[in-house]
Amino acid sequence: MAERVTAHDPRGYPPKVTGKRLASRLDNLERKTVYLVDCLFDNSEVFMEQLRQWFAARLPSVDARIIKPRQSWVDDPDMRARIAADGSAAILGVGL
Amino acid sequence: MAASLEQSGVPTVAVHTQVFARLAKSAALANGMPRMRQAFVPQPVVDRTPDQLRTYIEGIDPISKRPFVQEVIEGLTKPLQQEDLKGVSFERSTPRLLKPDSEENLHRLFVENHWTDFLPITLPTEKRVAEMLKGTSHAPDKIVGQLRPTYFREFWELTVEKVAVNAVMAGARPEYLPVILALAASGITARSSSTTSFATISVINGPIRNELGMNSGIGVMGPYNHANAAIGRAYALLSQNLQGGSVPGETYMGSQGNWYAYSATFAEAEERSPWEPLHVQKGFEPTDSAASVFFGGWYTHAGYGPRATWQDKVRRCLSAAEHYSPPFLVLDPIAARGFVELGFDKKEKLIEWCAKNALLPAREYWDNQHIQTLIHPLAVAGVEPYATRLKAKPDELIEIFEAKQINIVVAGGETQGAWKMISGDLRATVSIDAWR
Amino acid sequence: MAAALELDGVPTVAVHTHVFARLARATALANGMPRMRQSFVPQPVVDRTPDQLRGYIEGADPISKRPFVQEVIEGLTKPLDQEDLQGLSFERTTPRLLEPDSSENLHRLFFENHWTDFLPVVLPTEERVERMLKGTKLPADKVVGRLRPAVFREFWEFTVEKVAVNAVMAGARPEYFPVILALAASGVTARSSSTNSFATISVVNGPIRNEIGMNSGIGVMGPYNHANAAIGRAYSLLSQNLQGGSVPGETYMGSLGNWYAYSAAFAEAEERSPWEPLHVQKGFKPNESAVCVFFGGWYTHAGYGPRATWQEKMRRCLSAVEQYSPPLLVLDPIAACGFAELGFDKKQKLIDWCAENARLPAREYWDNQWIQYLNRPRAVAGVEPYASRLRAKPDDIIQIFEPEEINIVVAGGETQGAWKMISGALRGMASVDAWR
Repeated sequence: MAERVTAHDPRGYPPKVTGKRLASRLDNLERKTVYLVDCLFDNSEVFMEQLRQWFAARLPSVDARIIKPRQSWVDDPDMRARIAADGSAAILGVGL
Repeated sequence: MAASLEQSGVPTVAVHTQVFARLAKSAALANGMPRMRQAFVPQPVVDRTPDQLRTYIEGIDPISKRPFVQEVIEGLTKPLQQEDLKGVSFERSTPRLLKPDSEENLHRLFVENHWTDFLPITLPTEKRVAEMLKGTSHAPDKIVGQLRPTYFREFWELTVEKVAVNAVMAGARPEYLPVILALAASGITARSSSTTSFATISVINGPIRNELGMNSGIGVMGPYNHANAAIGRAYALLSQNLQGGSVPGETYMGSQGNWYAYSATFAEAEERSPWEPLHVQKGFEPTDSAASVFFGGWYTHAGYGPRATWQDKVRRCLSAAEHYSPPFLVLDPIAARGFVELGFDKKEKLIEWCAKNALLPAREYWDNQHIQTLIHPLAVAGVEPYATRLKAKPDELIEIFEAKQINIVVAGGETQGAWKMISGDLRATVSIDAWR
Repeated sequence: MAAALELDGVPTVAVHTHVFARLARATALANGMPRMRQSFVPQPVVDRTPDQLRGYIEGADPISKRPFVQEVIEGLTKPLDQEDLQGLSFERTTPRLLEPDSSENLHRLFFENHWTDFLPVVLPTEERVERMLKGTKLPADKVVGRLRPAVFREFWEFTVEKVAVNAVMAGARPEYFPVILALAASGVTARSSSTNSFATISVVNGPIRNEIGMNSGIGVMGPYNHANAAIGRAYSLLSQNLQGGSVPGETYMGSLGNWYAYSAAFAEAEERSPWEPLHVQKGFKPNESAVCVFFGGWYTHAGYGPRATWQEKMRRCLSAVEQYSPPLLVLDPIAACGFAELGFDKKQKLIDWCAENARLPAREYWDNQWIQYLNRPRAVAGVEPYASRLRAKPDDIIQIFEPEEINIVVAGGETQGAWKMISGALRGMASVDAWR
């Protein structure tokens, strides 16, 4: 039997995870305002425009509006407040 | 050359710059002419004016501290002494095993003797080397090949067992040994002593990639896979130890060094590539496994694409290259498929485009110390394409690479359409199957 | 942002490309929202035409294999089930010590858990970690700092002892420990998860360089010195382990990877430089010791000089860069003295020349995915110099770097007058003396 060695764990200390609840879902999207959040990643603007056009063609009662945050990767509370005030749902992309 | 002149009966003095003193003395010793007459001037000679060089000549030899011209004249005229006449013949050998010692002391010995890259190694115990040797059917004493740090040094010979020793040190597993033996057999050192700080980049093709679990995806050219990491490092360590060292000032003269020299080996993403794999382009069957060694790593240019302005971008990268060292392109599969959509349905077409678009004014092409040292004499002797390049007027744009010097490999994790243009001259493509 | 919107009461679906599926799930879990609604489209979105993107929208989600729009609509409308409502709170801890086991098994455990760079490590035993801790007088439980692989991930915290564990693994000696602690305290990770495959390059200045025998000469940026090698590697290993990992597809997304990520740290050749050392330029005193962390390693351009056509060469290199990442110039003392002879008697003068001569047509500047993603929003918001660059006509030639973004370091063995232009934004600076 080989000699047993005690070694340290090399990992750091992760923060505690606090569970967060999802928002209640909508019954349907009929006549709702859905914000399409362009995360600013290269070409996501074009993707969101295609998604807007898809809604216009297939679910014309949905008011799909494109919106952009001020910067990539940075939370934009003003934009979120506008979405919460005027919108019913959000689709965010493409990217983190 | 100085030794050959002496043998032809011509008394000779070799002049070097001072940083090469240790290297020049040890090269003379290995040549069996330890008392070869050498005189030294300050570094650098490159880029100095005639006046500055005149002062070197009229000044002091920085090694002997005596007047340079006196060193030269005495070197040619002072009678030989008893010791000079002897010459020195000797056998050098390295033992098979080291004296047994504690692990700690052995680790220290390996570091002190410059047998490592200064990162921790696995000690090559008899048991581990025996285990490693199970990775090949070849006998431990079979000669694998020979290596040297540069063309003016002598070749050292290497056996399967010596390669296994270095493979253990690098942390390799026995199943990697055929790849490591193939790299050792390529005849190309991963530890060139060139002042240019070259490294090698090795590309693995064929079924062995998947047998060993090599990485051709996310992080392909980085520390994210055991086989990639250990094979690249084994090649680096075996090069330095089996060629007679890679010690700064003696067997290594790279002015700035190269971090690629730790470990730089990866597998081509054959399954996700729209093009023929590299080894098939070089004459192997798709079912063969082969290793290709690129000598370079001097520059690494980066881009994405192909985007709207891709032609400008690739031209800028090509013309910014150190043009003594041709580029090989590593394209993420996303970028490779993008080029196919543009009509480059074969690697050769993109290679042709690169060769046609790698342009420089002749003035800039020739104003490069490697081109002056290594290419200019060939041009003067009439060797093409260099002679034509020399005939061009200073402002004329000339093609600086030939298509046959450029290579393309597909690899990457498809998280973005990136490409790299890496300095790398394909020096060998060798069979791995021969070493199983 | 998707989690914040849910907390605002807005039902949200986040759309990613399929290669980010594992990362997106792991991020949602760490956000306490493991059931966040996510839909996926094929990779890439970049460089695809509107029609191709429309095809993604009308096609199948490559992860769920169901129609993409159905995923999106159900994500917004399908009622939450019991599990969704629960949320998920949990403590994550990492133990101080591992279960005792044989060396062989522990080495295997470290590989299997992605705690290494796949090269051999020194096992961090209690005795070795204790010895490493003698390299600083700071207590083992002192918090050194926090690191994360990307801006959208959570920070992990770590202590002096945890840094010591990783320093042991890298093969460092106790006397290197203050430098390693300073790097850990810089707040910059050497294991960014960016798809760009960034690495860090660390430059050490001040008396500590000579105290621990760091290399600033031959082979300075390569495997030729114990302190350089071990410090660079320790910074890499501690980054991956103390930030919560660097695992392909999860905490590492670099498409091509970067060999500089094994180890890239070196000392400036202050004694042989004609200019002020880097740390003094940044506000430290000459007799203080400091580290500077450059985030980049995306491109490495190479040259010599200054020769007759040095301006053309330098301009070619400056315009072939990836323009999101500014250059760090590393000049061999021969090259630095050459520039000083041309009148660049301060680093700043050469930096200003580079900023002035780093130019691209606006069309090419803006046709870059990182410039689009990260600089364009700033330009639109009126932030200078980006706003002016955006106002330029497509064929206008614009300056692509500010002098403040460019840095110069002198290092090399004077065997040739080489220079490198390495992608590297100065992201962190830290006192080494504070960690002695």
